[in-house]
Amino acid sequence: MAIRLDKPWTPLGAEAVQRLPGQLGVFQLADGEGRILEIGYAGGRSLFGLRSAVEEARQRQPEARRFRVEITMQYQTRYRELLMLHVADHGTLPPGNRGEPIKLGRLSPL
Amino acid sequence: MGGNNMDLELSDEQKLIVAQVRRLVREEILPLEAKLDPDASELLPEDFARLSAKVKEMGFWGLDIPAEYGGPGIDLVTRTLMAIEMAQHRAGLYAPCYGVFGGAGLAQLYEANEDQKQRYLYPTLRGEKRGFFGLTEPSGGSDPARAIQTRAVRDGSDWVLNGSKVFISGADRAQYGLVFARTDAGKGRDGVTCFIVDTDMPGFHVRRIIHTLRSTNYATELQFEDLRVPQANVLGEVNRGFAIANDRLSRQRIPYAAACIGIAVKAQEMAIDYAKLRDTFGAKLATRQAIQWMIVDNEIDIRTSLWLTLAAAQKAERGEPFRTDAAMAKLVASEAGGRVVDRAMQIHGGYGMTKDLPLERWYREMRIRRVGEGPSEVQRLIMARDLLGGSFH
Repeated sequence: MAIRLDKPWTPLGAEAVQRLPGQLGVFQLADGEGRILEIGYAGGRSLFGLRSAVEEARQRQPEARRFRVEITMQYQTRYRELLMLHVADHGTLPPGNRGEPIKLGRLSPL
Repeated sequence: MGGNNMDLELSDEQKLIVAQVRRLVREEILPLEAKLDPDASELLPEDFARLSAKVKEMGFWGLDIPAEYGGPGIDLVTRTLMAIEMAQHRAGLYAPCYGVFGGAGLAQLYEANEDQKQRYLYPTLRGEKRGFFGLTEPSGGSDPARAIQTRAVRDGSDWVLNGSKVFISGADRAQYGLVFARTDAGKGRDGVTCFIVDTDMPGFHVRRIIHTLRSTNYATELQFEDLRVPQANVLGEVNRGFAIANDRLSRQRIPYAAACIGIAVKAQEMAIDYAKLRDTFGAKLATRQAIQWMIVDNEIDIRTSLWLTLAAAQKAERGEPFRTDAAMAKLVASEAGGRVVDRAMQIHGGYGMTKDLPLERWYREMRIRRVGEGPSEVQRLIMARDLLGGSFH
């Protein structure tokens, strides 16, 4: 099973975000070079699921130029997995996730 | 629930302790939980620190730590009653009170030699280290003694481990773990050894998270590639590891059942409250016989689970054989708990399915309880073996 979120990026803009479903899931925002700026999730308290969660993240990350999402009910464990994968691949959390009060484990993915 | 087997009345001390835990859950945990994501598994660090300190002041920290190691010395029946209370919130099935009562570490480490206790048990009790329990493999979980294919081969003063494990909770955040590996291919359950494995050693890999119905304590998949473990890290005797695993499995079934009961009690409380409030076709739901019967069936399920679990705890506390009793408690409480949550959802209608209420999380997580710590079918197997004797299996 592939564990990285490797779907194609979508250009980030208000219209593209408005077309997102209201479902629960995880997302990544990246800059123009594809560097991940923030990993986030649309949880059970998000007003319109991925649509509102990605929009809020877009406001927080003015450098972001692209995004991708994954619909999943297991958004909490998938979110942690994506954060751990980022640490395994890059040695650090994305800038938008640094300082979050979250205890992460270590992955050594193939 | 003292020494007399037939005394089903709680002592004054037990009532007081239960009331204290209930107050902590209702006045501290529930308000904090209301602000968290519905699938959250942790409190904010400052809240965790504050409540842990409060639990220490109450004298309940490290409930399951034996008194000689600094635990509060509370008997198993009372701890079971406390576990039922501690589970009564959204995350309570797998993260009762978000861990503010502290842990006791892996039960098997209390059987370790002094050197191993110094390196692993005491740091765990001080909160400096965490461990994981690595038994189940891709080849099977219900019959671990025969399914274990992870091999450990002696090489000088070390053992070299190769293989994989699945559904292992907490391995990605642990500093060490107990890993069961085959050391004699021809001896079945008598060819398994338990090793204490340091997770920072070359060859130890957490390959992925296994996403399940559970929101808390996710499982991981492990791989060992020429992982060297010193002989000093063999727990117990070589080829006697399965006895260590088996003892743990029996003991775990009582608190496992208790958490199921806690969730069922809370779901029933919600169902009754809602049935008294909700109008349909000009009358309260509570006036409908269909609803009344669901509530009665819930109560029967809860009380059956409760008495079986307390009876098992009482037997274990007295030092009597309790394997059948624990298996029965686990089987009944996990299956009954699932039915109670299901009926409570039915009574709540559409709202019961939403993340606005904790029922949907309990429904998902309770389903795992019929499989975790040995599925219902294995519990029946254990009981049949004890009832019929060893010749009939």
